[in-house]
Amino acid sequence: MRLVATLLLVTFVTFMATSLLPGDPVNALIPIEAQQDREFVEQVREEWGFNDPLLVRYGRWLGDAVRGDLGDSYVTGRPIIDEITPRLPVTGELMVVTVLLGILIGVPLGLVSGYREGSRADKVVSAVAQFGLSIPNFVLGLVLIYVFAIKLRWLPATGWTRISDSVTGNLKSVAMPAIALAVAEVAVYLRVLRSDIIGTLKEDYILSARAKGLKDRFILFRHALRPSSLTLTTLIGLNIAGLITGTIVIEQLFAIPGLGRRLFSAVFQRDYMMVQGLTVLLAAAYVIINATVDFIYIAIDPRIRRRA
Amino acid sequence: MPAENASTPGTGPVAVSAGSPLLRVDDLHTSFHVPAGEVRAVRGVSLTLDRGRTLGIVGESGSGKTVLARSIMRLNIGGNVSTSGNVEFEGRDLLDLPLKAMKNLWGTELAMVFQDPMTSLNPVVRVGRQLTEHVRSNLGASRGEARQTAIDLLREVRIPDAEARLRAFPHELSGGMRQRICIAIALACEPALLFADEPTTALDVTVQHQILNLLGREQRERQMAMILVTHDLGVVAGRTDDTIVMYAGKVVEQAPTRVLFTEMRHPYSEALLRSIPRIGQRSHTRLSAITGRPPDPIDIPPGCPFNPRCPYVQQKCREEPPPLVAVGDGAGGASHLAACWYPVGTDAGRDAFARNLADRLPQTVVVAEGSEFAESAAANAAAEATAANGSSEGGGA
Amino acid sequence: MAGPTELRSLQEDGQASVPTAVGSFRVRVGRSLWNAFREMSWPTKACASWLVLIVTAAIFADWIPGLQDPNYQGFLFGKGKTLDPPSMEHWLGTDNVSRDILARVVHGARTSLIFAGGVLLCGLVVGGLLGSAAGFLRGRFEAVVMFYVDVSLAFPALVFFLFAITMLNTRGLGIMTVAVAILIVAPYTRIARANSLSVSNREFVTAARAIGTSRPRILVREIIPNVYPTLVAYSLIVAAVLVILEATLSFLGIGVPIPRASWGGDINMARRDIAINVWPMIPPILALVATILSVNVVSDWLRSNAASRSSAL
Repeated sequence: MRLVATLLLVTFVTFMATSLLPGDPVNALIPIEAQQDREFVEQVREEWGFNDPLLVRYGRWLGDAVRGDLGDSYVTGRPIIDEITPRLPVTGELMVVTVLLGILIGVPLGLVSGYREGSRADKVVSAVAQFGLSIPNFVLGLVLIYVFAIKLRWLPATGWTRISDSVTGNLKSVAMPAIALAVAEVAVYLRVLRSDIIGTLKEDYILSARAKGLKDRFILFRHALRPSSLTLTTLIGLNIAGLITGTIVIEQLFAIPGLGRRLFSAVFQRDYMMVQGLTVLLAAAYVIINATVDFIYIAIDPRIRRRA
Repeated sequence: MPAENASTPGTGPVAVSAGSPLLRVDDLHTSFHVPAGEVRAVRGVSLTLDRGRTLGIVGESGSGKTVLARSIMRLNIGGNVSTSGNVEFEGRDLLDLPLKAMKNLWGTELAMVFQDPMTSLNPVVRVGRQLTEHVRSNLGASRGEARQTAIDLLREVRIPDAEARLRAFPHELSGGMRQRICIAIALACEPALLFADEPTTALDVTVQHQILNLLGREQRERQMAMILVTHDLGVVAGRTDDTIVMYAGKVVEQAPTRVLFTEMRHPYSEALLRSIPRIGQRSHTRLSAITGRPPDPIDIPPGCPFNPRCPYVQQKCREEPPPLVAVGDGAGGASHLAACWYPVGTDAGRDAFARNLADRLPQTVVVAEGSEFAESAAANAAAEATAANGSSEGGGA
Repeated sequence: MAGPTELRSLQEDGQASVPTAVGSFRVRVGRSLWNAFREMSWPTKACASWLVLIVTAAIFADWIPGLQDPNYQGFLFGKGKTLDPPSMEHWLGTDNVSRDILARVVHGARTSLIFAGGVLLCGLVVGGLLGSAAGFLRGRFEAVVMFYVDVSLAFPALVFFLFAITMLNTRGLGIMTVAVAILIVAPYTRIARANSLSVSNREFVTAARAIGTSRPRILVREIIPNVYPTLVAYSLIVAAVLVILEATLSFLGIGVPIPRASWGGDINMARRDIAINVWPMIPPILALVATILSVNVVSDWLRSNAASRSSAL
């Protein structure tokens, strides 16, 4: 399947790029004093398989990876997978909350905006969306921190409380970061849904539905929204890339212990294995999510389903 | 004013005295206001329709027939539409009603079948739901009752395997079946008046016949009034009680259908009739399309709107628009109206034709040299001219 | 029926817009830009004016009379104060190391412009050429190019960027521009190819082939001029994204290194003292948001304008 091929390719490219880096990774494994000893270094290399051809090394890595072993961090010495596991739910929660916020706010606004095209409400909402799209998420985060954390002291500026520890604390931690990310999502969903609804409302079957005597609200929700839900699904999938990027930024800003922030610190520490592991994970997640969206799209649209 | 006994004005049953028409349209005007100007789609149309009777509205694309139908039903939704005149349905003035009240009439008293069944059905909603949703919301039926109604309707419109079909999506069905479903949808709440707007134009020729027969049968069995809108005179022949011919937003001829065909008076009606291809004609017979195009609805020239294309045109036609007057003698009588200064089949008309032919007016020549129908008409004209003048004229095939 | 030579003269005349797959974009050259400007609604006018202002200031930053040195830290020499509010001497105040904020905002514009401009140029030239050629020549070449595009698009940009700078162990405006430019080629190529495919199937291309025009010549004279309008329109959308990207990267500390003026970087620096004095981060934030907003508004205007022009065809 194309999905598997893409995944393999992505991981391979990452792996290959890592192996091209300057500096000998072996040096991270042995103490400085021993690095002068050529023979010893060579020996370690042989033992650890660094001299094997690229494909063999990749194959070995891949075999380990699917079993959950992504190697050990050069810096901390701990298995990479151990660093990933506790952080995954944090980043996951942030992304899920953001998308939910985006849908819960963006979809109704887009509906209303599209249904009342040209009205004052529509113009106001569209202008606000335009504005929301023009503010970078970290700027928004800063503004939120300034207002809610520094001036009003309602929410914590940094840090993260896990759900297992305290639900309200968790909600307080996730509020500002999610809002900072969600504004852009809301703006995008709003715009796309609005233009989609405007287009759908011009279709003949909407006139038919009216001629049957159905109420406007019924038509809007039960006839017009359906084709648009397809667009929405695709849109969410397309937006995931931006969301992953945004999460990295926001985690950094709000000091959230998620995958993005860990990637960041790994970059600064030049922890190559960690960077590789996380890059592969994020890229793979991106590919998988997009494939899932494609799949859902096929499953939802009855017209495509028939041909598939 | 009619007695109302429902809380919302205009929606309760109305006392209609027996003998008054179901629908009476009086001087209806509909215009669209677009940046380029005012598009006058319907310019003063009047008609009446009794219960259980059928009316055909015939005209080219752009004649205003679809807009007329939608104006009566008030389906012209959009900020730039203005409609004036009088539309009395079951004693109520529809144009005065707020849209909310119209919604109560749609589906239950008034229904429409649209031209293209593929686009009139929601592609992502199952057929069963599209059949039952308005039955449930308009008539308050339960899900089971509505479902049974749907199955009965599907059987009535001769769709095989009705129960299974309920779960189908529109694209899984053929064009003819889709149109049957659209008809079933329109009939579901038992309306008093059904509009069929070009119901067969988007279908195969073989299917067209079936659909029209279905419509006819339903109309008779339900004693339902029906307005059939089409561009094809052949469609109304034998299927409607009365027919109206429209051109450029106006009624140019109206008559009981049989009278219309036997005693056609308006040149445009005649041209429409002539343009129907006939099976019996020889191969390679040139199709008699009407030369020219309808006028631009924003900028309608003075006089009779058909004058640039009319084979019988005279100077008066270009200056003064002819009024719609009774032209019937014999069977038609007062119910046959036409708007023409030189109607077909009258002396004035024949003279006009002959004069034009002598002047080699292009549209007249085309008609004269066209099908054998025109040939005989021209031959008659020539013969009469000869008889009248005692010398041969330049006309004739 | 317009053959290749007629179509070209029409283009040069500026009196006709050549329809492309996504709609015509080329504003009538015969009419002056000033007329177009006058037709805009006032918010659009304001945004367009801001863009003109900021781009001019960015280009001519060094020659603006009275503009101070963005890197001059006066307090080291006992000359200036840190975190100074706006005054006659420093119109927008000073930052935490007493650099003039106004100067830094102007020079920050320059940084954004260099980055966005460089990346866009690369995308237009490389991506546009590759895509146009791929759509026209088809075959093996197209397969290889699109393969590169698909792989390229599989990576989220920031992840790739982080990866790249780790592996290469450098920072700076140059590496930033190059890394993103490599990534930006992919979407441009995809769009160019899609357009090129449809243009290549048009009759005037077949006509050109029929009279014996060589393929490279057709590519340059017929295909590319018809593909480019869409790419230019796309560039405006990309420009907004790039400005945001540069600011984000600099904010995170992995973009432009500190001494160089950058809106994102300055915001990051001002963040430290946010509790003490929130002002230093405000001018770069305002400049950033104003610029992004203006680009979005102007590109929307161009798109709706182009739509009405192509429908007039």
